[in-house]
Amino acid sequence: MGRLYAVEIVYRGIFQKTLAKNLSRAIVLAAHREGKPGISFGRYGDSPERNGIPAKSFAIVATDDVTLEEGMAQYEPKEVDVTIAVDDTLCKGVESWAWYGLQPVNRLLKPGGTLIVTSHQEPAALIEMMHRKEHPYQLAIVKATPSFSGLWVYKDDHTDVRILGALAKVLPDLFSLISLQEVIAEEWKDQLKAASALRAYERISTVEVLPTQGNPETPYRFDFPKWHEMREGIAIPSIPRGAAVVDAQTGETGGYRPERNPTFKKFTTRTMRPVVDFAKCIKCTLCWLQCPDSCFDVMPDGMYDASMEACCGCGVCEAVCPEKDCITMVNETDFRDNASQWEAWRKDPEGYARWVAEKIAVRPERSHGFRFRGQYEQQVPGELAAARDA
Amino acid sequence: MAQTVASTETRQQVPREETALITGSEAIAVACKLADVDVITAYPIRPYDTVMQYVAKLVANGEMDCEYIVAESEHSQFEIVKHASAVGARVFCGSSGVGWMYAFEALTVTPALRIPMIAMVGNRALDDPGAFGVEHNDALAVRDLGWQLVWVDNAQEALDTALIAYRVAEDRRIFLPCAISCDGAFLTHSQALVRIPSQDKVKAFLPPYQRADLLLHPDNPITVAPQANEDWLMEIRRQNGAAMERSPGVIREAYADFERIFGRRYGNPFFEEYETDDADVVLVGMGTLSNPVRVAIRQMRAEGRKVGFVRLRWFRPFPAEDLARTLSRFAAVGVVDRDFSWGAPYLGGVLATEVRTALYPAARHPTVVGFIAGLGGREVTVPDVRRMVESIEAAAQGKAQPATQWIGLRE
Repeated sequence: MGRLYAVEIVYRGIFQKTLAKNLSRAIVLAAHREGKPGISFGRYGDSPERNGIPAKSFAIVATDDVTLEEGMAQYEPKEVDVTIAVDDTLCKGVESWAWYGLQPVNRLLKPGGTLIVTSHQEPAALIEMMHRKEHPYQLAIVKATPSFSGLWVYKDDHTDVRILGALAKVLPDLFSLISLQEVIAEEWKDQLKAASALRAYERISTVEVLPTQGNPETPYRFDFPKWHEMREGIAIPSIPRGAAVVDAQTGETGGYRPERNPTFKKFTTRTMRPVVDFAKCIKCTLCWLQCPDSCFDVMPDGMYDASMEACCGCGVCEAVCPEKDCITMVNETDFRDNASQWEAWRKDPEGYARWVAEKIAVRPERSHGFRFRGQYEQQVPGELAAARDA
Repeated sequence: MAQTVASTETRQQVPREETALITGSEAIAVACKLADVDVITAYPIRPYDTVMQYVAKLVANGEMDCEYIVAESEHSQFEIVKHASAVGARVFCGSSGVGWMYAFEALTVTPALRIPMIAMVGNRALDDPGAFGVEHNDALAVRDLGWQLVWVDNAQEALDTALIAYRVAEDRRIFLPCAISCDGAFLTHSQALVRIPSQDKVKAFLPPYQRADLLLHPDNPITVAPQANEDWLMEIRRQNGAAMERSPGVIREAYADFERIFGRRYGNPFFEEYETDDADVVLVGMGTLSNPVRVAIRQMRAEGRKVGFVRLRWFRPFPAEDLARTLSRFAAVGVVDRDFSWGAPYLGGVLATEVRTALYPAARHPTVVGFIAGLGGREVTVPDVRRMVESIEAAAQGKAQPATQWIGLRE
């Protein structure tokens, strides 16, 4: 039997759907230049995509048709040579529609496989976020701001070809740089893109990640019931009523924390989280009212605490808050846990104020998708310049 | 399965066939373009909607000239193309799951009126629950009504079969619609390397659609679909039955011509045999489950076990005699149903019930074991296939097996 190659692309639904598709297609086409047959597909169970929800595309390539058929007998691969994560916040783990529970971003990697991440972070910061793996693997970082597009309009900032260039370097048996250049010429007819791919190929480096490195937490998971253990009539029990909250500092009971779905938490959908400066809050209730997922818990003192176990980072709270710098959306890679901000503030108000100031000091553009005509023309030149210097 | 690009030598001698990385849905859209379809109606439902999107792209890009109409429901979608066909337009339509069911009144009258519509069914589980994954019940629901039904298992076959379907359906001896079933997700949504035939080859293979004496046109003063009573109905039904009886012959002609013109050989059009020559036991099934089945069979053959696979393509017209002749060679037959049929004989799926019926008049009766597997898009895995083969091997040795078994179920 010949050699089978599997590459998965873990991406943020809708915003990176086209990017993921471009990547998986280009992989198959580049390998095909060298006579290797392949199949490209998005994970069907992830559709319909919602903004930001982690999703996957796959490219399965083989040295010959028979080996490809062997590989495709297991339609969704159980192990891959390379995982490409096109947003670094995905390193915290992914909870998709097609996979119940929290799946580590590196879960499918074969021993010695490579995780390619687009990020401006250093390896140590990414490794800290990723769950520990039972065997060593390689980490490669393509220095880039994670690329988000609209569903119908693609932001062509060369992230696609830079990742492909890096892939040609880390897995040369899959396809060579020359094959990649040929595909770029045929698909995009863009010399600049070819140059970006070459640059990424030359600059990419890997570090080894050991089983002792990474987040030691066990990701949550669920067992499926047997057919006779399930209620009949396709009826699902509702989430029970919520309850009041206890203030750990005073013992006071009050407020309201709704019960939430215990088997689908959704927080890995977020790429940014709201940082709340409670000292500025005027309790207008708008964040709590407008949150589409009812993520705000009402605390005994009447403050609103966004539950980091539930928040999926849409940013509506920041948009509706009337007080300047009271709620600020901050890149999710800046945080290492889902701890309650209100509790941290109650425990040490001055420390918390310093923490907030530090977190919101730098505020890069944190919106996603396509909001106005000409948006990408404004953003792309800067991103291409950054990529050239990366 | 995927073919590699033609060698340099061939390239110099003949115009190179284009190879594209496309899904089964897109392959069918490409076939519509090559067949110069005149009217296409659309209504979105996953997983069929990929074909309507690809057609829309072709039309918007100016690569295809056809009337593209997004209807307000599947019922209207199928009604519109039915009427377009009645006035002489070559038509294409499609749906999935309960979308297909929504069109049921239209689906019923289409074959009755001898309308050669080609439809793509992106096989999808029927609601409820609302799963998008593959199940064959949607297409199978029309099996009594006069639709020709064919299942394909890869994108190349989808493209080729779409061209063949136009040729067969629009043959005046037939004039019955044909639904091409593509497994949701596994075929509709995965991109494979497909050879796109040239336009002149398609022109040589596919004559224009001639509705002739049945054409609705002022110069041909007829009326169709009148009210009828018991004096007329049986004879009308018998005519449609006769058309379906003629279908196998026309299908054989079409495949032979296809091979001659396109150079791709499908052998027996009705079913494909894999490792059956010396098999003791075989599995029978339709669609993309053929992939894990073939892989499992190769593994078991390496273990010295003589097992084969018959992949049925044409479910209607059902090749009963041919299939019975083949299957009665084996000691035991396992029928894999990617569908259900509550209350059917022996709790079997649709295919198992049909296979048992086909075998009934045969001189030799293999034991037939029915399997229900892969519903709602659940993968049929290599271990699943091995389990099924173990069961039919046991049956071949005289050990009683349940008539119907559920595979891959949490129980």
